[in-house]
Amino acid sequence: MIETNIILALSAGFGIALIAAPMGCFVVWRRMAYFGDSLAHASLLGIALGLITGLSTNIGVLIICSLFAILLLWLQQKKSLFSDSILGILAHGSLSIGVIGISLLGFDLDLEGYLFGDILNVVLRDIIWIYFGGALILFLLIYNWSDLVLMSIDEDLARAENVKIFYLQILLMFLMTLLVAISIQIVGVLIITSMLIIPASSARQVALSPKSMAIFTSVFALIAVVFGVFGAKFYNLPAGPSIVVSLVIIFILSLIFSSFQRKFF
Amino acid sequence: MINILFKEAKMSQLIKANNVSFIKEKNVILKNISLEILDNDFITIIGPNGAGKSMLLKCLMGFYKTTKGDVFIKKDLKIGYVPQKFAPSISMPINVKSFLFLRKKSNQTILNELTREINITHILNKQLSKLSGGELQRVLLVRALIDEPEILVLDEPVLNLDISAQLAFYKLLEHIYKTRKISILMVSHDLHMVMSISKKVICLFHHICCSGTPAKVAKDPNFSALFGDDMAKMMAVYQHSHNHSHVHKNDVDNCKCDGDCDND
Repeated sequence: MIETNIILALSAGFGIALIAAPMGCFVVWRRMAYFGDSLAHASLLGIALGLITGLSTNIGVLIICSLFAILLLWLQQKKSLFSDSILGILAHGSLSIGVIGISLLGFDLDLEGYLFGDILNVVLRDIIWIYFGGALILFLLIYNWSDLVLMSIDEDLARAENVKIFYLQILLMFLMTLLVAISIQIVGVLIITSMLIIPASSARQVALSPKSMAIFTSVFALIAVVFGVFGAKFYNLPAGPSIVVSLVIIFILSLIFSSFQRKFF
Repeated sequence: MINILFKEAKMSQLIKANNVSFIKEKNVILKNISLEILDNDFITIIGPNGAGKSMLLKCLMGFYKTTKGDVFIKKDLKIGYVPQKFAPSISMPINVKSFLFLRKKSNQTILNELTREINITHILNKQLSKLSGGELQRVLLVRALIDEPEILVLDEPVLNLDISAQLAFYKLLEHIYKTRKISILMVSHDLHMVMSISKKVICLFHHICCSGTPAKVAKDPNFSALFGDDMAKMMAVYQHSHNHSHVHKNDVDNCKCDGDCDND
Protein backbone atom coordinates (compact mmCIF):
# COMPACT_ATOMS: atom_id res chain seq x y z
CA MET A 1 0.00 0.00 0.00
CA ILE A 2 2.80 2.35 0.94
CA GLU A 3 4.29 2.08 -2.55
CA THR A 4 1.07 2.88 -4.44
CA ASN A 5 0.53 5.77 -2.13
CA ILE A 6 3.89 7.28 -2.82
CA ILE A 7 3.68 6.66 -6.56
CA LEU A 8 0.33 8.45 -6.71
CA ALA A 9 1.70 11.33 -4.64
CA LEU A 10 4.77 11.64 -6.84
CA SER A 11 2.84 11.49 -10.09
CA ALA A 12 0.42 14.15 -8.84
CA GLY A 13 3.31 16.31 -7.68
CA PHE A 14 5.24 15.86 -10.92
CA GLY A 15 2.18 16.75 -12.96
CA ILE A 16 1.58 19.93 -11.00
CA ALA A 17 5.26 20.86 -11.11
CA LEU A 18 5.31 20.51 -14.89
CA ILE A 19 2.20 22.66 -15.38
CA ALA A 20 3.03 25.22 -12.72
CA ALA A 21 6.51 25.77 -14.17
CA PRO A 22 5.71 27.57 -17.46
CA MET A 23 2.68 29.19 -15.84
CA GLY A 24 4.95 30.40 -13.05
CA CYS A 25 7.24 32.06 -15.60
CA PHE A 26 4.34 34.17 -16.84
CA VAL A 27 3.31 34.90 -13.27
CA VAL A 28 6.81 36.26 -12.64
CA TRP A 29 7.12 38.07 -15.98
CA ARG A 30 3.69 39.65 -15.88
CA ARG A 31 3.49 40.21 -12.13
CA MET A 32 0.45 38.02 -11.71
CA ALA A 33 1.50 36.64 -8.31
CA TYR A 34 -1.20 38.45 -6.41
CA PHE A 35 -3.78 37.34 -8.95
CA GLY A 36 -2.82 33.68 -8.47
CA ASP A 37 -2.88 34.07 -4.73
CA SER A 38 -6.33 35.66 -4.83
CA LEU A 39 -7.69 32.94 -7.09
CA ALA A 40 -6.40 30.36 -4.63
CA HIS A 41 -8.18 32.12 -1.77
CA ALA A 42 -11.41 32.33 -3.73
CA SER A 43 -11.19 28.64 -4.52
CA LEU A 44 -12.36 27.83 -1.00
CA LEU A 45 -15.77 29.20 -1.96
CA GLY A 46 -15.60 26.88 -4.97
CA ILE A 47 -14.88 23.93 -2.73
CA ALA A 48 -17.88 24.89 -0.58
CA LEU A 49 -19.99 25.11 -3.75
CA GLY A 50 -18.78 21.70 -4.85
CA LEU A 51 -19.64 20.15 -1.50
CA ILE A 52 -23.06 21.82 -1.23
CA THR A 53 -24.21 20.95 -4.73
CA GLY A 54 -22.65 17.51 -4.65
CA LEU A 55 -20.73 18.28 -7.83
CA SER A 56 -17.04 17.60 -7.82
CA THR A 57 -15.04 20.17 -5.90
CA ASN A 58 -12.83 20.67 -8.97
CA ILE A 59 -15.85 21.84 -10.95
CA GLY A 60 -16.96 24.04 -8.06
CA VAL A 61 -13.54 25.68 -8.01
CA LEU A 62 -13.52 26.08 -11.78
CA ILE A 63 -16.91 27.83 -11.73
CA ILE A 64 -16.11 30.15 -8.82
CA CYS A 65 -12.65 31.05 -10.09
CA SER A 66 -14.00 31.81 -13.58
CA LEU A 67 -16.65 34.07 -12.05
CA PHE A 68 -13.88 35.65 -10.02
CA ALA A 69 -11.86 36.40 -13.13
CA ILE A 70 -14.87 37.86 -14.96
CA LEU A 71 -15.78 40.04 -11.97
CA LEU A 72 -12.18 41.22 -11.77
CA LEU A 73 -12.10 42.18 -15.47
CA TRP A 74 -15.35 44.07 -15.06
CA LEU A 75 -14.22 45.94 -11.94
CA GLN A 76 -10.89 46.82 -13.58
CA GLN A 77 -12.80 48.67 -16.32
CA LYS A 78 -14.23 51.02 -13.71
CA LYS A 79 -10.75 52.27 -12.87
CA SER A 80 -11.56 53.89 -9.57
CA LEU A 81 -9.42 51.38 -7.68
CA PHE A 82 -6.12 49.67 -8.33
CA SER A 83 -6.21 46.01 -9.25
CA ASP A 84 -4.53 44.87 -6.04
CA SER A 85 -7.25 46.43 -3.88
CA ILE A 86 -9.99 44.89 -6.03
CA LEU A 87 -8.23 41.52 -5.86
CA GLY A 88 -7.93 41.76 -2.08
CA ILE A 89 -11.62 42.53 -1.68
CA LEU A 90 -12.70 39.71 -3.98
CA ALA A 91 -10.26 37.17 -2.54
CA HIS A 92 -10.95 37.66 1.13
CA GLY A 93 -14.65 38.16 0.52
CA SER A 94 -15.03 34.84 -1.25
CA LEU A 95 -12.71 33.05 1.17
CA SER A 96 -14.82 34.16 4.11
CA ILE A 97 -18.12 33.35 2.41
CA GLY A 98 -16.71 29.90 1.66
CA VAL A 99 -15.67 29.27 5.26
CA ILE A 100 -19.03 30.51 6.60
CA GLY A 101 -20.90 28.37 4.06
CA ILE A 102 -18.98 25.27 5.00
CA SER A 103 -19.48 25.82 8.72
CA LEU A 104 -23.19 26.72 8.39
CA LEU A 105 -23.90 23.56 6.47
CA GLY A 106 -22.05 21.56 9.06
CA PHE A 107 -19.57 19.87 6.77
CA ASP A 108 -16.76 18.27 8.62
CA LEU A 109 -14.03 19.82 6.52
CA ASP A 110 -10.35 19.32 7.00
CA LEU A 111 -9.51 23.02 6.66
CA GLU A 112 -5.82 22.43 7.22
CA GLY A 113 -5.83 20.03 4.30
CA TYR A 114 -7.23 22.75 2.04
CA LEU A 115 -4.75 25.33 3.25
CA PHE A 116 -1.60 23.22 3.09
CA GLY A 117 -2.62 20.46 0.72
CA ASP A 118 -2.78 16.74 1.18
CA ILE A 119 -0.49 15.24 -1.38
CA LEU A 120 -0.19 11.84 0.32
CA ASN A 121 -3.92 11.23 0.04
CA VAL A 122 -4.39 11.85 -3.68
CA VAL A 123 -6.66 9.46 -5.53
CA LEU A 124 -6.59 8.38 -9.15
CA ARG A 125 -9.37 10.83 -10.03
CA ASP A 126 -7.17 13.76 -8.96
CA ILE A 127 -4.38 12.49 -11.16
CA ILE A 128 -6.66 12.22 -14.17
CA TRP A 129 -7.73 15.86 -13.61
CA ILE A 130 -4.11 16.94 -13.33
CA TYR A 131 -2.91 15.22 -16.48
CA PHE A 132 -5.83 16.14 -18.74
CA GLY A 133 -6.09 19.71 -17.45
CA GLY A 134 -2.33 20.00 -17.49
CA ALA A 135 -2.05 18.81 -21.09
CA LEU A 136 -4.54 21.49 -22.13
CA ILE A 137 -2.67 24.20 -20.21
CA LEU A 138 0.71 23.20 -21.63
CA PHE A 139 -0.62 22.92 -25.17
CA LEU A 140 -2.18 26.40 -25.09
CA LEU A 141 0.91 27.95 -23.52
CA ILE A 142 3.30 26.39 -26.02
CA TYR A 143 1.01 27.17 -28.96
CA ASN A 144 0.91 30.87 -28.02
CA TRP A 145 4.45 30.99 -26.63
CA SER A 146 6.09 33.72 -28.76
CA ASP A 147 3.02 35.96 -28.63
CA LEU A 148 2.86 35.60 -24.86
CA VAL A 149 6.58 36.27 -24.44
CA LEU A 150 6.46 39.37 -26.64
CA MET A 151 3.37 40.60 -24.81
CA SER A 152 5.21 40.11 -21.52
CA ILE A 153 8.12 42.19 -22.79
CA ASP A 154 5.96 45.02 -24.12
CA GLU A 155 2.25 45.09 -24.85
CA ASP A 156 2.30 47.95 -27.34
CA LEU A 157 5.05 46.33 -29.34
CA ALA A 158 2.95 43.18 -29.53
CA ARG A 159 -0.14 45.21 -30.48
CA ALA A 160 1.70 46.78 -33.42
CA GLU A 161 2.44 43.27 -34.67
CA ASN A 162 -1.20 42.25 -34.53
CA VAL A 163 -0.96 40.13 -31.39
CA LYS A 164 -4.43 39.87 -29.88
CA ILE A 165 -3.59 41.19 -26.42
CA PHE A 166 -7.07 41.05 -24.93
CA TYR A 167 -7.59 37.47 -26.02
CA LEU A 168 -4.23 36.43 -24.57
CA GLN A 169 -4.93 38.16 -21.26
CA ILE A 170 -8.19 36.26 -20.97
CA LEU A 171 -6.39 33.06 -21.96
CA LEU A 172 -3.79 33.48 -19.21
CA MET A 173 -6.52 34.16 -16.65
CA PHE A 174 -8.43 31.08 -17.75
CA LEU A 175 -5.33 28.91 -17.59
CA MET A 176 -4.56 30.14 -14.07
CA THR A 177 -8.12 29.32 -13.09
CA LEU A 178 -7.78 25.83 -14.49
CA LEU A 179 -4.43 25.36 -12.76
CA VAL A 180 -5.87 26.38 -9.41
CA ALA A 181 -8.90 24.13 -9.92
CA ILE A 182 -6.86 21.01 -10.60
CA SER A 183 -4.14 21.52 -8.04
CA ILE A 184 -5.75 23.26 -5.09
CA GLN A 185 -6.67 20.16 -3.13
CA ILE A 186 -3.29 18.60 -3.61
CA VAL A 187 -0.98 21.49 -2.85
CA GLY A 188 -3.35 23.73 -0.90
CA VAL A 189 -4.54 27.32 -0.98
CA LEU A 190 -1.47 28.76 0.71
CA ILE A 191 1.11 26.81 -1.22
CA ILE A 192 -0.04 27.00 -4.86
CA THR A 193 1.36 30.53 -5.18
CA SER A 194 4.79 29.44 -3.98
CA MET A 195 4.77 26.65 -6.58
CA LEU A 196 4.23 29.39 -9.16
CA ILE A 197 6.63 32.04 -7.92
CA ILE A 198 9.59 30.40 -6.20
CA PRO A 199 10.83 27.96 -8.88
CA ALA A 200 10.44 30.63 -11.59
CA SER A 201 12.30 33.20 -9.50
CA SER A 202 15.11 30.71 -8.89
CA ALA A 203 15.25 29.91 -12.60
CA ARG A 204 15.52 33.63 -13.40
CA GLN A 205 18.86 33.68 -11.57
CA VAL A 206 20.40 31.07 -13.86
CA ALA A 207 18.50 31.25 -17.17
CA LEU A 208 19.53 33.27 -20.21
CA SER A 209 16.41 32.83 -22.37
CA PRO A 210 12.66 32.51 -21.82
CA LYS A 211 12.70 28.85 -22.82
CA SER A 212 15.61 27.90 -20.60
CA MET A 213 13.87 29.70 -17.74
CA ALA A 214 10.79 27.53 -18.23
CA ILE A 215 12.94 24.38 -18.29
CA PHE A 216 14.93 25.32 -15.17
CA THR A 217 11.64 26.16 -13.44
CA SER A 218 10.29 22.68 -14.17
CA VAL A 219 13.47 21.00 -12.92
CA PHE A 220 13.47 22.99 -9.67
CA ALA A 221 9.79 22.29 -9.04
CA LEU A 222 10.29 18.56 -9.69
CA ILE A 223 13.21 18.40 -7.24
CA ALA A 224 11.18 20.17 -4.57
CA VAL A 225 8.25 17.77 -5.06
CA VAL A 226 10.54 14.77 -4.58
CA PHE A 227 11.98 16.21 -1.36
CA GLY A 228 8.55 17.21 -0.10
CA VAL A 229 6.95 13.82 -0.74
CA PHE A 230 9.84 11.83 0.73
CA GLY A 231 10.05 14.15 3.72
CA ALA A 232 6.37 13.59 4.38
CA LYS A 233 6.54 9.85 3.84
CA PHE A 234 9.67 8.94 5.74
CA TYR A 235 10.08 11.69 8.32
CA ASN A 236 6.40 12.38 8.85
CA LEU A 237 6.81 16.06 7.95
CA PRO A 238 3.87 18.07 6.58
CA ALA A 239 4.14 17.60 2.79
CA GLY A 240 3.11 21.04 1.49
CA PRO A 241 5.41 23.03 3.77
CA SER A 242 8.25 20.58 3.00
CA ILE A 243 7.84 21.34 -0.70
CA VAL A 244 7.93 25.07 0.00
CA VAL A 245 11.01 24.79 2.21
CA SER A 246 12.78 22.79 -0.52
CA LEU A 247 11.83 25.50 -3.02
CA VAL A 248 13.20 28.21 -0.76
CA ILE A 249 16.49 26.31 -0.35
CA ILE A 250 16.75 26.01 -4.13
CA PHE A 251 16.08 29.74 -4.42
CA ILE A 252 18.87 30.55 -1.96
CA LEU A 253 21.27 28.29 -3.86
CA SER A 254 20.31 30.00 -7.14
CA LEU A 255 21.05 33.40 -5.61
CA ILE A 256 24.45 32.21 -4.45
CA PHE A 257 25.13 30.74 -7.89
CA SER A 258 24.19 33.95 -9.69
CA SER A 259 26.33 36.16 -7.45
CA PHE A 260 29.29 33.81 -7.98
CA GLN A 261 28.69 33.94 -11.70
CA ARG A 262 28.66 37.72 -11.65
CA LYS A 263 31.93 37.77 -9.76
CA PHE A 264 33.91 35.28 -11.79
CA PHE A 265 32.57 35.39 -15.33
CA MET B 1 -19.14 49.24 -35.14
CA ILE B 2 -15.84 48.60 -36.83
CA ASN B 3 -13.83 51.73 -37.41
CA ILE B 4 -10.82 50.13 -38.94
CA LEU B 5 -11.43 49.31 -42.53
CA PHE B 6 -8.88 47.59 -44.66
CA LYS B 7 -8.43 47.62 -48.41
CA GLU B 8 -10.33 50.86 -48.87
CA ALA B 9 -7.28 53.05 -48.92
CA LYS B 10 -5.98 54.05 -52.32
CA MET B 11 -2.89 52.36 -53.71
CA SER B 12 -0.30 54.88 -52.59
CA GLN B 13 -2.06 55.53 -49.29
CA LEU B 14 -0.80 53.57 -46.33
CA ILE B 15 -2.98 55.04 -43.63
CA LYS B 16 -5.79 57.54 -43.83
CA ALA B 17 -7.72 59.13 -40.99
CA ASN B 18 -11.09 60.57 -41.80
CA ASN B 19 -12.43 63.04 -39.26
CA VAL B 20 -11.29 60.95 -36.30
CA SER B 21 -12.22 61.83 -32.73
CA PHE B 22 -11.23 59.93 -29.62
CA ILE B 23 -12.99 60.58 -26.33
CA LYS B 24 -11.91 58.83 -23.17
CA GLU B 25 -13.95 59.22 -20.01
CA LYS B 26 -15.46 62.48 -21.30
CA ASN B 27 -12.04 63.96 -22.10
CA VAL B 28 -11.64 64.88 -25.73
CA ILE B 29 -8.21 63.51 -26.59
CA LEU B 30 -8.44 63.78 -30.36
CA LYS B 31 -10.85 65.96 -32.27
CA ASN B 32 -11.70 65.83 -35.98
CA ILE B 33 -8.35 64.59 -37.19
CA SER B 34 -8.00 64.05 -40.93
CA LEU B 35 -4.71 63.11 -42.47
CA GLU B 36 -3.14 60.71 -44.90
CA ILE B 37 0.16 58.95 -44.95
CA LEU B 38 1.48 58.11 -48.39
CA ASP B 39 4.26 55.97 -49.78
CA ASN B 40 7.67 57.32 -48.90
CA ASP B 41 6.29 60.00 -46.61
CA PHE B 42 8.09 61.52 -43.64
CA ILE B 43 5.59 63.01 -41.25
CA THR B 44 6.36 64.36 -37.82
CA ILE B 45 3.70 65.13 -35.25
CA ILE B 46 4.68 67.82 -32.78
CA GLY B 47 2.77 69.30 -29.90
CA PRO B 48 2.94 70.05 -26.19
CA ASN B 49 2.67 67.44 -23.43
CA GLY B 50 -0.73 65.81 -23.26
CA ALA B 51 -1.73 66.98 -26.73
CA GLY B 52 -2.75 63.45 -27.71
CA LYS B 53 0.26 62.67 -29.88
CA SER B 54 0.83 59.10 -28.70
CA MET B 55 -2.89 58.42 -28.80
CA LEU B 56 -3.04 59.63 -32.39
CA LEU B 57 -0.24 57.21 -33.35
CA LYS B 58 -2.03 54.35 -31.64
CA CYS B 59 -5.32 55.18 -33.34
CA LEU B 60 -3.54 55.37 -36.71
CA MET B 61 -2.10 51.89 -36.12
CA GLY B 62 -5.53 50.56 -35.22
CA PHE B 63 -4.84 49.77 -31.54
CA TYR B 64 -8.07 51.34 -30.39
CA LYS B 65 -11.51 51.92 -31.78
CA THR B 66 -12.05 55.58 -32.46
CA THR B 67 -15.07 57.32 -30.97
CA LYS B 68 -15.93 59.02 -34.23
CA GLY B 69 -14.58 58.86 -37.76
CA ASP B 70 -12.67 56.12 -39.53
CA VAL B 71 -9.11 54.99 -39.85
CA PHE B 72 -8.26 53.29 -43.13
CA ILE B 73 -5.24 51.06 -43.09
CA LYS B 74 -3.86 49.50 -46.26
CA LYS B 75 -4.50 45.77 -46.29
CA ASP B 76 -1.71 43.76 -44.61
CA LEU B 77 0.29 46.91 -43.98
CA LYS B 78 3.59 45.98 -42.37
CA ILE B 79 4.29 48.37 -39.51
CA GLY B 80 7.59 48.72 -37.67
CA TYR B 81 6.89 50.33 -34.31
CA VAL B 82 9.27 51.91 -31.82
CA PRO B 83 7.23 52.58 -28.67
CA GLN B 84 7.71 55.50 -26.33
CA LYS B 85 8.32 53.96 -22.95
CA PHE B 86 10.15 50.72 -23.36
CA ALA B 87 11.48 49.23 -20.16
CA PRO B 88 11.77 45.49 -20.62
CA SER B 89 10.90 43.60 -17.47
CA ILE B 90 13.99 42.66 -15.45
CA SER B 91 12.39 39.29 -14.77
CA MET B 92 12.56 38.34 -18.46
CA PRO B 93 15.85 36.70 -19.47
CA ILE B 94 16.32 37.25 -23.19
CA ASN B 95 19.29 38.37 -25.23
CA VAL B 96 19.19 40.96 -27.97
CA LYS B 97 19.41 38.45 -30.81
CA SER B 98 16.49 36.32 -29.59
CA PHE B 99 14.48 39.46 -28.98
CA LEU B 100 15.10 40.61 -32.54
CA PHE B 101 13.86 37.34 -33.99
CA LEU B 102 10.94 36.87 -31.58
CA ARG B 103 7.85 36.55 -33.83
CA LYS B 104 9.76 38.01 -36.76
CA LYS B 105 10.47 36.23 -39.98
CA SER B 106 13.77 37.41 -41.32
CA ASN B 107 17.16 36.10 -42.27
CA GLN B 108 20.76 36.38 -41.22
CA THR B 109 21.75 38.57 -44.18
CA ILE B 110 19.22 41.27 -43.37
CA LEU B 111 20.16 41.03 -39.71
CA ASN B 112 23.85 41.43 -40.48
CA GLU B 113 23.25 44.48 -42.65
CA LEU B 114 20.96 46.12 -40.13
CA THR B 115 23.13 45.45 -37.10
CA ARG B 116 26.11 46.97 -38.92
CA GLU B 117 24.12 49.95 -40.18
CA ILE B 118 22.60 50.68 -36.78
CA ASN B 119 25.69 49.64 -34.87
CA ILE B 120 24.48 46.97 -32.47
CA THR B 121 26.68 44.07 -33.63
CA HIS B 122 28.70 44.14 -30.41
CA ILE B 123 25.65 43.83 -28.14
CA LEU B 124 23.79 41.00 -29.88
CA ASN B 125 24.54 38.56 -27.08
CA LYS B 126 23.85 41.00 -24.26
CA GLN B 127 20.77 40.57 -22.10
CA LEU B 128 17.99 43.01 -23.01
CA SER B 129 17.55 44.11 -19.39
CA LYS B 130 21.18 45.26 -19.23
CA LEU B 131 21.18 47.71 -22.15
CA SER B 132 21.59 51.45 -21.83
CA GLY B 133 18.88 53.81 -23.09
CA GLY B 134 20.67 54.49 -26.37
CA GLU B 135 21.43 50.81 -27.01
CA LEU B 136 17.82 49.87 -26.29
CA GLN B 137 16.58 52.48 -28.73
CA ARG B 138 18.84 51.17 -31.49
CA VAL B 139 17.80 47.59 -30.79
CA LEU B 140 14.14 48.61 -31.06
CA LEU B 141 14.89 50.33 -34.35
CA VAL B 142 16.55 47.20 -35.74
CA ARG B 143 13.61 45.08 -34.59
CA ALA B 144 11.17 47.48 -36.23
CA LEU B 145 13.09 47.27 -39.53
CA ILE B 146 14.00 43.59 -39.54
CA ASP B 147 11.03 42.34 -41.55
CA GLU B 148 11.23 45.25 -43.99
CA PRO B 149 8.10 47.23 -43.08
CA GLU B 150 6.39 49.72 -45.35
CA ILE B 151 6.07 52.24 -42.57
CA LEU B 152 8.15 53.00 -39.51
CA VAL B 153 6.25 54.51 -36.58
CA LEU B 154 8.28 56.11 -33.80
CA ASP B 155 6.89 57.58 -30.59
CA GLU B 156 9.32 60.13 -29.14
CA PRO B 157 12.29 57.93 -29.96
CA VAL B 158 14.93 60.15 -28.36
CA LEU B 159 13.17 60.88 -25.09
CA ASN B 160 15.77 59.25 -22.84
CA LEU B 161 18.88 60.06 -24.83
CA ASP B 162 21.42 62.79 -24.18
CA ILE B 163 21.76 65.53 -26.73
CA SER B 164 24.57 64.02 -28.80
CA ALA B 165 22.84 60.64 -28.89
CA GLN B 166 19.68 62.44 -30.02
CA LEU B 167 21.51 64.02 -32.93
CA ALA B 168 23.06 60.69 -33.87
CA PHE B 169 19.68 58.98 -33.74
CA TYR B 170 18.05 61.55 -36.04
CA LYS B 171 20.97 61.28 -38.44
CA LEU B 172 20.51 57.53 -38.49
CA LEU B 173 16.81 57.93 -39.11
CA GLU B 174 17.46 60.28 -42.01
CA HIS B 175 19.89 57.76 -43.47
CA ILE B 176 17.33 54.96 -43.14
CA TYR B 177 14.72 57.08 -44.83
CA LYS B 178 16.99 57.96 -47.72
CA THR B 179 18.34 54.47 -48.34
CA ARG B 180 15.12 52.49 -48.57
CA LYS B 181 11.54 52.76 -49.72
CA ILE B 182 9.85 53.44 -46.44
CA SER B 183 7.46 55.92 -44.88
CA ILE B 184 8.19 57.37 -41.47
CA LEU B 185 5.64 58.64 -38.99
CA MET B 186 7.18 60.10 -35.88
CA VAL B 187 6.01 61.86 -32.77
CA SER B 188 8.41 64.31 -31.34
CA HIS B 189 8.69 66.80 -28.63
CA ASP B 190 11.80 68.64 -29.56
CA LEU B 191 11.42 70.69 -32.65
CA HIS B 192 14.83 71.66 -33.93
CA MET B 193 16.14 68.44 -35.32
CA VAL B 194 12.76 67.25 -36.48
CA MET B 195 12.24 70.22 -38.72
CA SER B 196 15.28 69.57 -40.85
CA ILE B 197 14.44 65.99 -41.73
CA SER B 198 10.64 65.88 -42.02
CA LYS B 199 8.76 66.32 -45.25
CA LYS B 200 5.66 67.36 -43.42
CA VAL B 201 4.94 68.52 -39.89
CA ILE B 202 1.61 68.22 -38.12
CA CYS B 203 1.13 70.47 -35.15
CA LEU B 204 -1.27 68.82 -32.74
CA PHE B 205 -3.18 70.04 -29.76
CA HIS B 206 -6.09 67.57 -29.62
CA HIS B 207 -6.98 68.85 -33.07
CA ILE B 208 -4.63 69.67 -35.94
CA CYS B 209 -3.61 73.28 -35.39
CA CYS B 210 -1.59 73.52 -38.53
CA SER B 211 0.26 71.27 -40.90
CA GLY B 212 2.46 71.43 -43.92
CA THR B 213 6.12 71.63 -44.82
CA PRO B 214 8.39 72.53 -41.90
CA ALA B 215 9.03 75.97 -43.37
CA LYS B 216 5.34 76.66 -43.72
CA VAL B 217 4.46 75.44 -40.22
CA ALA B 218 7.19 77.54 -38.61
CA LYS B 219 5.65 80.65 -40.13
CA ASP B 220 2.09 79.72 -39.24
CA PRO B 221 0.51 81.95 -36.58
CA ASN B 222 -1.07 78.86 -35.00
CA PHE B 223 2.35 77.40 -34.50
CA SER B 224 3.59 80.42 -32.58
CA ALA B 225 0.32 80.45 -30.65
CA LEU B 226 1.02 76.92 -29.50
CA PHE B 227 4.75 77.08 -28.90
CA GLY B 228 5.35 80.78 -28.36
CA ASP B 229 6.97 83.38 -30.58
CA ASP B 230 10.48 82.62 -29.36
CA MET B 231 10.22 79.04 -30.42
CA ALA B 232 8.85 80.05 -33.79
CA LYS B 233 11.75 82.40 -34.37
CA MET B 234 14.17 79.70 -33.34
CA MET B 235 12.62 77.34 -35.83
CA ALA B 236 13.32 79.72 -38.64
CA VAL B 237 17.02 79.17 -37.98
CA TYR B 238 16.85 75.42 -37.92
CA GLN B 239 14.81 74.60 -40.95
CA HIS B 240 16.68 74.03 -44.15
CA SER B 241 15.40 74.90 -47.56
CA HIS B 242 13.06 72.31 -48.95
CA ASN B 243 12.78 72.31 -52.68
CA HIS B 244 10.32 69.48 -52.94
CA SER B 245 7.70 70.18 -55.49
CA HIS B 246 5.13 67.63 -54.34
CA VAL B 247 2.54 69.16 -52.08
CA HIS B 248 0.13 67.03 -50.13
CA LYS B 249 -3.52 67.58 -50.47
CA ASN B 250 -3.95 68.26 -46.80
CA ASP B 251 -1.31 70.93 -46.66
CA VAL B 252 -3.65 73.60 -47.76
CA ASP B 253 -6.81 73.08 -45.84
CA ASN B 254 -5.85 72.31 -42.29
CA CYS B 255 -4.50 75.58 -41.08
CA LYS B 256 -7.54 76.86 -39.31
CA CYS B 257 -7.27 77.23 -35.59
CA ASP B 258 -10.33 76.60 -33.48
CA GLY B 259 -9.37 79.23 -30.99
CA ASP B 260 -8.13 77.00 -28.21
CA CYS B 261 -4.58 77.01 -29.49
CA ASP B 262 -3.47 79.64 -27.06
CA ASN B 263 -3.63 77.10 -24.33
CA ASP B 264 -0.20 76.47 -22.82
